[in-house]
Amino acid sequence: MPDFLLEIGCEEIPARMIDAAAQELHERLQALLQRERLAPTGEISHLDTPRRLAVLASGLPISQPDITEQVNGPSAQIAYKDGQPTPAAHAFAKKVGVDVGRLEKVSTPKGEYLAATITRKGRSASEILAETLPKEISTLYWPKNMYWRKRGELFVRPVRWLVAMLDEEVVPLALFGIAAGKTTRGHRIISREAVTISKPSAYVETLRGAKVLAAPEREHVIRKALDAATRTIPGARWREDKPLVSTVVNLTEFPSVILGSFDPEFLDLPEEVLVTVMRDHQKYFAIEDADGKLLPHFLAVLNTVGDSDGLIRHGNERVLRARFNDARFFWKTDQKQTLRQRVDLLRNVTFQKDLGSYYDKTLRVQHLASSLSETVKQNGIAIRPGVVHKAALLAKADLTTELVKEFTELQGIVGGLYARVQQLDDDLRPDVQLAISHAIYDHYKPESMEDAAPATVEGAVLSIADKADSIAGMFALGLIPSGSKDPFALRRQANGIVKTIAEHKLQLRLSEIMADARIRYNRSEAEKKFSNVVYAQSVRAFFRERLEFYLKDARGYAYDVVSAVLAVDADDVVDAAARAEAVSKVRGSVDFESISIALKRMKNILRQASEKTKLIAMRVDVAGLQEESEKELTALIPPTVLAVEKLGAAHDYEGALLEIAKLRPPIDRFFDKVMVMVDDDNLRANRLALLQLLVKEFSTIADFSEIVTEGKESTK
Amino acid sequence: MTSSNSNSLTFQELILKLQAFYAERGAVIQPSYDVEVGAGTMAPETFLRVLGPNPYKVAYVQPSRRPADGRYGENPNRLFKHLQLQVILKPPPENVQELYLESLATIGIDLRQHDIKFEEDNWESPTLGAWGIGWQVMLDGLEVTQFTYFQQCGGVDLDPISAELTYGLERLCAFLQDVDSIYDIVWARDPKTGREVKYGEVRLADEQQFSVYNFEMADVQKTWKHFELCEAECKALLDRYSVLAKDKTEGDGIAREKSRFPLLGAYDQCLKCSHYFNILDARGAISVTERVGVIARVRALAVGIAKAWMDQHYASEKTTKSTDAPKAAANEKRNKLEPVVT
Repeated sequence: MPDFLLEIGCEEIPARMIDAAAQELHERLQALLQRERLAPTGEISHLDTPRRLAVLASGLPISQPDITEQVNGPSAQIAYKDGQPTPAAHAFAKKVGVDVGRLEKVSTPKGEYLAATITRKGRSASEILAETLPKEISTLYWPKNMYWRKRGELFVRPVRWLVAMLDEEVVPLALFGIAAGKTTRGHRIISREAVTISKPSAYVETLRGAKVLAAPEREHVIRKALDAATRTIPGARWREDKPLVSTVVNLTEFPSVILGSFDPEFLDLPEEVLVTVMRDHQKYFAIEDADGKLLPHFLAVLNTVGDSDGLIRHGNERVLRARFNDARFFWKTDQKQTLRQRVDLLRNVTFQKDLGSYYDKTLRVQHLASSLSETVKQNGIAIRPGVVHKAALLAKADLTTELVKEFTELQGIVGGLYARVQQLDDDLRPDVQLAISHAIYDHYKPESMEDAAPATVEGAVLSIADKADSIAGMFALGLIPSGSKDPFALRRQANGIVKTIAEHKLQLRLSEIMADARIRYNRSEAEKKFSNVVYAQSVRAFFRERLEFYLKDARGYAYDVVSAVLAVDADDVVDAAARAEAVSKVRGSVDFESISIALKRMKNILRQASEKTKLIAMRVDVAGLQEESEKELTALIPPTVLAVEKLGAAHDYEGALLEIAKLRPPIDRFFDKVMVMVDDDNLRANRLALLQLLVKEFSTIADFSEIVTEGKESTK
Repeated sequence: MTSSNSNSLTFQELILKLQAFYAERGAVIQPSYDVEVGAGTMAPETFLRVLGPNPYKVAYVQPSRRPADGRYGENPNRLFKHLQLQVILKPPPENVQELYLESLATIGIDLRQHDIKFEEDNWESPTLGAWGIGWQVMLDGLEVTQFTYFQQCGGVDLDPISAELTYGLERLCAFLQDVDSIYDIVWARDPKTGREVKYGEVRLADEQQFSVYNFEMADVQKTWKHFELCEAECKALLDRYSVLAKDKTEGDGIAREKSRFPLLGAYDQCLKCSHYFNILDARGAISVTERVGVIARVRALAVGIAKAWMDQHYASEKTTKSTDAPKAAANEKRNKLEPVVT
């Protein structure tokens, strides 16, 4: 059984796109082979570099298996006259390619028919691959693609060669004006000759000889080399950075590492600036000492064998020096104007064309943040509203600095750093100034679900206010995210609000924050542009989704638990998280499961009753109940409700749920003994009232009917 | 360890070598365009040549003025005006990357001793309605060239596409000569006396004075006026061309008038608008809100010119092709009713 190799030779594919494309190609080949009945006996694997995507499948059948099948023809009556085949029989025989004498007769419910057993030859693997692969290749997904030969013929970058082989044979496929062959190319610089692949199983070794390594090996080489280079500096370690490792793996075919240095004087610049330049702009790894302090060295990953005469190191050091000099120049220039002075310059910086300038935003956020910090303070959390107030005023001022214009990813951080070194106000206590600088520093955080929330509560409130203001303005304008359209990253900002509230355990209700944020736009120029969207409603729906995402994806609660919890209330983040936690803990217990089933059953009965327009009594009339079990259950409700309320008020939701679970035996007895939908109108209405009371009183923590239970529902 | 200054190419030798390299490969070597531009892409030898089907190869050095980047000659890495070597290969040869690497070898870079990476960098110019896909070419961590496969220009899909190679000449030369400041680059060296002329000697005054002008002294009112005059002139020309394009009078008269219509003149006006915009921007006279609007105004001119240029040069080819297809001809007619300027 032959092995198969496909290699798409391409000009440098963007590093960020390689992994997904390689995976997709792998999966497409797998699906194709399955679909075409050519499933390999061995494994399918892939190899990808900036210049190639390759897939290998070992042990392909040479061709599809033959198919033997029976084909029915005309009825026997028509096919034979006087025992002799008629023209109809001949025509059928000709069509299926079988001698007339070898036709069979089969009986069917409709009578006897002529039939033939024919064998369809399986087509060869080579033929099928040559025919089907071009479509698979040309429809690979790329975040951004281009044409270079013909309009409409798209790929991520120009494809320059194709290798397609079944063992030693070329699979004759053609695409992008290129016929596949056996010739590949090695490393662009250090192995310039074209290389012939003898057979697919020799592919990986042949590439290695041509200075091209597979991705896992490249990562291994890079990590080892980073370690080795760092070891030359006693006590040092390189800063682990998985995204950066992945980037350099995908920028190289044959990696090596150099250690470079920079003038220790640059260490006077904030570490954030140095690291941003090294990591984001130069793709260098930073090196730190045992205490985590930055050292004046860096590691660069090369796409070549090494740097024996130090030329490459010299060049990289030169570039870094220029970059750091720029940063220092900007830092110095920026100090000519304080953040306080820069606040006025924000009048010229547009936040959003209809929402005014960053100056307008600053004032709104300042009011909102102050209002939120009062609420937080009233709820007994230690917060310094004065710090929030001042930080909010200065938070956006760094947008006018040269450093942020150059390194936009450092917005907020630069403001925080400047707030630490500049005089902000006369006689400001140093600890207050530091708190202000921390709040500014953190106020864009968290930038993703993985990113940490602001460290201080002042930073948290400022961050929430800043994001709420943006969301409020955009929603009021009708710029609501939909599907993949979210140009202002409002979902990310809302996620940030939810995460920050949860982690700081702030008692802020989402709808109240957003109503407050909307008020700050009252009587503004922006308000004239607002559309007549149903603001509160759309904001509520939006945040419900964000909270759901947070509980499920960031906290890992099961979807049914989250649905059950949010059905009750989706406004208080901390409370929702606590309820989700409690429900998750108890949901596995037998008692709880059967209570869930029972409540679901009650809901169903109530729904059916209302569909049949059966009356439900206003309240339960104990005297009107007949069975012992229903009287017992009714009597247990008030003390249980009391206990649940008490525990709930203390946020002991788990205790409250266990309290509810205690009702399991009486509820079971109730359903054993009592028929709700009886003919007696009064009795039925009374019993329905009991069910309604139970559902109402015990759905304050979660709507249990949302919980997926393993047991069957008896009422269905 | 590094090549010493006296062995590496001077700035002008670097330019001459690269030009010779592309001349030997069939490119037209043009002088720099003599209207202020922000990038080599804006010169008509790129902007207009990439439109339409005709193959073309051209290389030229283009002084590129970016008033906001001026640093009064005090920053060793930044200039108000830097020089680009702009190369257009239309259509791009299959070995265009290898060709580019060969050009580096020509100027004395032994690639086996260096680290070369092609890193994703897609180029886009909102002002020109142009974009492309490509890389920044990194040489030992330094971006030395922007390599772009043009996809669209002036809002027109390109067919065939062009490869655009833009060499940052100062950077490249500072790298070759191993100097930390652009101003220390040796521009020329007298072969007899060995006397060197440095970049600073040639260009420092330029940087200082234009920084003062662009940041401090350019008269905002007058510059706006210039902008508006150029815009009006460009629009007026485009309007006249649009009338001409709609004229269905048979005969050579109209065709001749069309073919000699000064769209190149209109394009110069558009370039001036772009330059005045840049000055106003550096001067801090354009708020961020206005910015988008003004860019859109310049783009409207650029897109209008690109469409008109397509009509002026290639519309007749389209019509002849579609004579045997009545449906296509009908479409053609309908298209002509639409204004050329959008």
